[in-house]
Amino acid sequence: MNIEALKDLLYRLADDDLIIGHRNGEWTGIGPILEEDIAFSSMAQNAVGHAQAYYTLLHELLGEEHPDQIAFNRPAADFRSAQLVEMPIGDYAYSLVRHVLYDTAKPIRLDDLRNSSFRPLAELAKKLGREEKYHQLHAQTWLRQLGNATVESNARMQAALNEAYPQAFSLFEPTAMDEVIAAEGLQSREGALQAQWEEEIEQLIIGAGLKVPVVADKTAFHGGRNGRHSEHLPALLAEMTEVFAIDPAAAW
Amino acid sequence: MKNDSLDPRIARTDLPDSGQPAAKTPLDQWETYEVFHQKARGAHHQHVGCVHASNPEMALLFAKEQYARRMKCVNLWVVRTSNVHATSYDDSDMFEPATDKSYREAFGYKNKHLIKKLKEERAAEGKA
Repeated sequence: MNIEALKDLLYRLADDDLIIGHRNGEWTGIGPILEEDIAFSSMAQNAVGHAQAYYTLLHELLGEEHPDQIAFNRPAADFRSAQLVEMPIGDYAYSLVRHVLYDTAKPIRLDDLRNSSFRPLAELAKKLGREEKYHQLHAQTWLRQLGNATVESNARMQAALNEAYPQAFSLFEPTAMDEVIAAEGLQSREGALQAQWEEEIEQLIIGAGLKVPVVADKTAFHGGRNGRHSEHLPALLAEMTEVFAIDPAAAW
Repeated sequence: MKNDSLDPRIARTDLPDSGQPAAKTPLDQWETYEVFHQKARGAHHQHVGCVHASNPEMALLFAKEQYARRMKCVNLWVVRTSNVHATSYDDSDMFEPATDKSYREAFGYKNKHLIKKLKEERAAEGKA
């Protein structure tokens, strides 16, 4: 098995979940209503838990550092997360739409990973898929409800979609390992996953009474998988690691 | 006084410099739904609380995270609070019996000694 290809894949999976988890957690305490605040925070916590599970595989089976060190002690350039997840939370419509785009892509990826040739990853994908079911239901219910509710809610969801949709293609940015990863049976190629996602997401968007934005350049937000991020990621990391940085060797 | 809390969540709420939050006009509230939680298939659904929601579908969505996040759950019900019909607390005296009705209660039968005796008999038979 090509260990470098496996690590490349695992870091991407983990970093996406850690960063989206942190971002969505920023709504804790200021969500639109109490019930939604709790639901959104709980899902954010789930995402951080998923990241931890991937980091644990990297640490225990592949000799990488302890999950806390990986999560809190790397510069932005070492993160392999997609640019979509590092974008600021914006208004609630933006965060909801990003959640829809992300949590429609994630089950497609997890389904694919269930057949991964790396057994521990295949097992983990099955486990995480259970929690993902609610994330998907939550995302898609809100999209359908707000897309079809009032002129204002429809317009706000459309505006958020116009902004987030082109960014979401960053989730499928292939790395130099893309072909090796597929050849080794670790995961299908990013292009194949993207095609499946586009088909599903377009159906959802249309079903919600919204228009699929036209994306001139689907690679416009690429870069994250190679460590090229917007200015938003270093700012996020500074806040996320504030407590850890006081004493990086502390036992938790 | 500038409100520069170390807690980013407080910083995000954008409090005015006075530290006092501006008065907000109350918003319309969504109606409430009563939530019933089932621990195992076949068990009774138990009332666990309520959620605000705009419709039953959203109520189920919220109920899952409010009430089934920690304890085991296989099924949830939600019912519009306005669909629940209740007696009046002014009438709660009607639940008080006027005469001794303890014969209606299933507990209080003195049978422990009978069970003990039966167990002793069984044990004795086993030894014989």
